[in-house]
Amino acid sequence: MNNKLYEYLLMLGDNSMILGHRLSELCGHGPNLETDIALTNISLDLFGQVRSYFQYAAEVKGGEFTEDTIAFLRKDREYRHVLLVEQPNEDFGHVIGRQFLYDSYHLPLLKQLTESKDETIAAIAHKSVKEARYHLRFSSEWVKRLGDGTDESHQRMQKAIEHLYPFIFELFQETDIEKEMKELKIGADLSRIKEESMTTIGEVLADATLKIPESAPRMAKGKTGIHSEHLGFILSDLQYMQRAYPDMQW
Amino acid sequence: MVESSPHIENKQVEQALWQVSDPEIPVLSVMDMGVIRKVNIEGNKVYIDITPTYSGCPAMDTIADDITKAVQKEGFEVKVKLVLSPAWTTDWITARGRQQLEEYGIASPLSAELDKQALLEGGRIVKCTNCGSTNTRMVSQFGSTACKALFQCEDCLEPFDYFKCLK
Repeated sequence: MNNKLYEYLLMLGDNSMILGHRLSELCGHGPNLETDIALTNISLDLFGQVRSYFQYAAEVKGGEFTEDTIAFLRKDREYRHVLLVEQPNEDFGHVIGRQFLYDSYHLPLLKQLTESKDETIAAIAHKSVKEARYHLRFSSEWVKRLGDGTDESHQRMQKAIEHLYPFIFELFQETDIEKEMKELKIGADLSRIKEESMTTIGEVLADATLKIPESAPRMAKGKTGIHSEHLGFILSDLQYMQRAYPDMQW
Repeated sequence: MVESSPHIENKQVEQALWQVSDPEIPVLSVMDMGVIRKVNIEGNKVYIDITPTYSGCPAMDTIADDITKAVQKEGFEVKVKLVLSPAWTTDWITARGRQQLEEYGIASPLSAELDKQALLEGGRIVKCTNCGSTNTRMVSQFGSTACKALFQCEDCLEPFDYFKCLK
């Protein structure tokens, strides 16, 4: 049981961590001051959530595990995030598209987890759900502004959505661990999340005058550790300090 | 509204805590900010529960360290614990805290409804901390820290932070 809970916490934490890392790459490189600060603030929120998940995961796992070893010293196949969050920043349309699609899943996920039978998960969700609400607000506004903006911004936003949309289905594909956690009322019910998430996506894209892509769902197995080549590059950056100077303290 | 500063048995401990402030907002004591949730004193040991404002708030570690040092100085052993639930809300900032924020140049949080108008609908309702005019516009929904948005007064032209409502 403990091992499964640990794996479930990794799934929750890794999505926030890898997305947070992607956003952190934009620090000082945002298209303007407002979005630069906004995206890095969102990154900070996500990393704050990751710390809570990993501190708890370390407690569940016991032994010599700490939040830092969990974050920095796993191999690529041991990460449990979905492929959506590791997609590269490309242009601002991609950054916003990825954020929006993830937020539209993240908010209903956290809403459900506030009722988790696991008190720590429920507490983390209570804290994070307020932040996720802000994130979704920010990303939806930008999807609308770009989609319903100039020809250029519309076309770029549509292109980003075409690329990213097929990845969202992985979020709703239930793994064995998620199924078990759902049955124990510790984890969330992905079918209910899917419903809310798809409604949000439909409404915002319609407001943004963007088309919902018809492309087939992308088969992906990030939650079981099979990632794209992007992860290797992310980890070489993310893990550099701990690999180069083991046990370093900041 | 929830009682924002907990009752503390020992005057020395209480005073030490009043001296600790958020490094980002030095005028505001952690007591007025509402991040101190519980203080238990058992003999020489003090157990303090604090709650973060935002999950990723980088000031939290510093605040925890400062609290430990301040209470240790009074000769106690200190254990600070971070609790996440119930989650912090801007309602826990005391009336005095709100006033101090304003004097420092940070507009204090409006109600959830008005906050939405100010941040999303371009409502001109946030009062300028310099001249008091409400002819102000939002420059950026995210300001110098995650908890603030950046505004500018259209009358006196003063740029200022607005502490966003968190419910």
